[in-house]
Amino acid sequence: MRIAYYPGCSLHATSREFDESLRAIAGRLELELVEIDDWSCCGATSAHATDHLLSVALPARNLALAEAQGHDAVLAPCAACYNRLASARHEVAASPEMAEQVARVLERPFGNRVQVRNAVEVLRERAAAIKSAVATPLTGLKVACYYGCLLVRPPDVCAFDDPEQPTSMEEVVRATGAEPVVWNRRLDCCGGAFSLARTASVVRLGREILADARRADANAIVVACPMCQSNLDFRQRAMLERGEEQMPILFLSELVGLAFGVASSALGLGRHFIDTSSVVRRLTPTPTAAAPKEVA
Amino acid sequence: MARIGVFICHCGENIGRTVNCAEVAETLGTLPGVVHAQDYKYMCSDPGQALIRQAINEKQLDGVMVAACSPHMHEKTFRRACASEGLNPFLCEMANIREHCSWIHEHRERATEKAIDLARFIVEKIKRNQPLETIRIPVTRRALVIGGGIAGIQAALDIADGGAEVVLVEKEPSIGGHMSQLSETFPTLDCSQCILTPRMVEVYQHPNIKLMSYSEVEEVSGYIGNFSVKIRRKARSINEDLCNGCGACPKVCIVKKIPSEFDAGLGKRTAIYVPFPQAVPNTPVIDRVNCAHFKAKAKGIKKEACGKCKEECSRGAIDFEQVDSFVTEKVGAIVVATGFQLYTIDKDQPEGLAGYGEYGYGTIPDVIDGLQFERLASASGPTGGKMLRPSDGKEPKRIVFLQCVGSRDRAKGIEYCSKICCMYVAKHTMLYRHKVHDGQATVFYMDIRAGGKGYEEFVRRAIEEDGARYVRGRVSRIYREGEVLKLQAFDTLSGEPMLVEADMVVLATAMRAQPGIEQLAQKLSASYDGHGFLNEAHPKLRPVETNTAGVYLAGACQSPRDIPDSVAMASATAAKVLGLFSKEMLEREPTVARVDPALCTGCFHCERVCAYGAVEHKEIRDRKGNLIKVVAEVNAGVCQGCGTCQATCPSKSVELQGFTDEQIFAEINALAV
Repeated sequence: MRIAYYPGCSLHATSREFDESLRAIAGRLELELVEIDDWSCCGATSAHATDHLLSVALPARNLALAEAQGHDAVLAPCAACYNRLASARHEVAASPEMAEQVARVLERPFGNRVQVRNAVEVLRERAAAIKSAVATPLTGLKVACYYGCLLVRPPDVCAFDDPEQPTSMEEVVRATGAEPVVWNRRLDCCGGAFSLARTASVVRLGREILADARRADANAIVVACPMCQSNLDFRQRAMLERGEEQMPILFLSELVGLAFGVASSALGLGRHFIDTSSVVRRLTPTPTAAAPKEVA
Repeated sequence: MARIGVFICHCGENIGRTVNCAEVAETLGTLPGVVHAQDYKYMCSDPGQALIRQAINEKQLDGVMVAACSPHMHEKTFRRACASEGLNPFLCEMANIREHCSWIHEHRERATEKAIDLARFIVEKIKRNQPLETIRIPVTRRALVIGGGIAGIQAALDIADGGAEVVLVEKEPSIGGHMSQLSETFPTLDCSQCILTPRMVEVYQHPNIKLMSYSEVEEVSGYIGNFSVKIRRKARSINEDLCNGCGACPKVCIVKKIPSEFDAGLGKRTAIYVPFPQAVPNTPVIDRVNCAHFKAKAKGIKKEACGKCKEECSRGAIDFEQVDSFVTEKVGAIVVATGFQLYTIDKDQPEGLAGYGEYGYGTIPDVIDGLQFERLASASGPTGGKMLRPSDGKEPKRIVFLQCVGSRDRAKGIEYCSKICCMYVAKHTMLYRHKVHDGQATVFYMDIRAGGKGYEEFVRRAIEEDGARYVRGRVSRIYREGEVLKLQAFDTLSGEPMLVEADMVVLATAMRAQPGIEQLAQKLSASYDGHGFLNEAHPKLRPVETNTAGVYLAGACQSPRDIPDSVAMASATAAKVLGLFSKEMLEREPTVARVDPALCTGCFHCERVCAYGAVEHKEIRDRKGNLIKVVAEVNAGVCQGCGTCQATCPSKSVELQGFTDEQIFAEINALAV
């Protein structure tokens, strides 16, 4: 299936491993990711705090491009991009006035015909295909699926899973052979874009999340949002109490890639701040696919 | 030429102050066909009526028009006066010159003009009135009660005690309903089973009550006084005549781990089972979905996998070959007492509703609903009445109750108040404290609605004597850390977020209409609201009747209700039914629709629009018996005279008697001239 691909800024920068791992597994799931030509910023954190029309028009521009380039769906892996794109689509569909305003500022035709999908949703739909493509089942690996705040909320916009009791990430994790643990902080906020502005808050919030995942016996936390990943990964050392072991923070696509037997270098596992080799070692009894050297 | 008498009433000053009644009488007296016209201070008084009777006699009137108040007030009075002089009462009509004229206008001259107009067009109508005869329908003095919960039981007993026969249909294997599952009842804390089971036995032994348990209403036809009801008797796999209820069969059953419906999933039962020890009838039933014998049969295994109960039964009552059977009962009235179901909390919900995934119900075993708490508190429950939580059987020292789970929450799809929860949560806190003396109960509420005799006092008792802590606010999330449940909440009085620890949480869930109630309502031509609760004919003045004559309501099928309300409603319904049965024949106003079979083309638009199911098909045949056409026929017993069919009929072949097109057009023409 051909699908428009909207990497957003993070997948080209801090979360390159999300991009790399998605591209690495797409082929086996018969997904052809076509990056939208001339894509621009989705507005993410700043636009909707500044100007409402701008916050709709920026993502709408990218949707209009995807539409013009012949797509009927766009994959936006970053949870913030996904949320902005889906919100714009939702708002334009709900309000004729907004549709009219957006069309005027875009200065290009926009029919609002492109569906917005996130990585979890797309992988969940292919859980059966993932299961049959698994080369190295992740049996015995316990992971905590962390949704964060943006992926399933607001419920009207992100209607692909229950906002309070989502299960789609767990379904994908089960398909890889790993075991999703039952834990409590799946939907808590990690501090999002405040990593630089209010570092102390991010550390405090992250500490709770890590502690709960550890309490549930998880070997790793799996995420599908660049901000969650960078907060929990980059700020983890500050979050840890004395003597605690580090908790690898994997993208869902990386986990699927590991199960497919993709080399961890191709999945970008070396780009993490927190060593992922504890996860990789557990899966690779043969020395041939040893973990690459940590880049930190 | 018509000979109509016209009488204008002053209603004291009520009409006379604004309308010049003498002038109205004088003007109407000049109309063609009017042979008598007069005004009088009080037409409804005895001397007033005497004037009408006298005029009928002296002037051989063939129509009477009284211009006075609303026909709702005195049409019957004046028609009776006419009938006493031998004039067909339907040749007497009223013009409303009080509510429609004098009370709402000030200008005397123009009000007088209007009164003349109002009276004039009624005169034109009367010229075209036909004498009508009251419809008389025989009554079958036998009632069907659907549902054997406390409402159905009460209605059945009251009707049966009144001397009429009752057929009581219950879809479950035993009567008793939700009340049989409760431990104790508010506001007196008397044991639910202790007050209910004697009534259940009374039903079983009453000579006038025919109990059909494990049965459902399949089809309903007929009309008030003359219903015919087809009832499906579901295969129990037990011969009820042979079984003596010895209780030997469940003991040998090999399938033992089925969650018990009676214990709200907290206890287990066997595949052949009696729902609870006091069940009425005390006859077991085989759950064919879980029974080893039927499972083997379904898989196509020829050899009988299990027949332990059959071998054990000394009466030979077990019948694996039994199939559903059907019986038809003739009844004159139907009481619907189908009760309620509980809202199911979980995120999986029927269309239009949303769940509470954030409360972890179904994944955290110590988060239970109110009915499950009742079973835990009940001496006949899975813990023998000991307060032990489901996960590890420990006594919970901190228990939290959440009110309004589902209720009053438009986001979840239920905007109404379920009415009973405030009271049963207060009761739960007391039951808990009486069992766990050092325990702390906390209640999260939105408002406390304790309207009812002794109700507010009861809630105060829970707080002041039994130490329940009431917090006004909502809980946003429940999660488990180790053995402890944690509740994120918000205290809306102090404006503070809270984190509360608990050992067990009880959710007071909303009451919903029974599943399948829409289908039953359609069979009965009864209407229901957007939530599936059945509609009463009038919210204040006809609370136990439906819009379909002969179909009555009792209990929580009409709206959320507690036990006292349900019982009161059931007795009210029984009074209505007995009132109906007190007559040999039913008398009905003849203002019903009638089809002209010569004109009818058989399009049956009327059948589709009729809200009461009154339109039937009638075959027209020639002398040799060949079918010529099928036409509509209105069942006068069912028709409520609403006139929708008349407005719909494209060939103008159905008319409402007393309100024919000819009469209505004559009225309009009289105004236009």
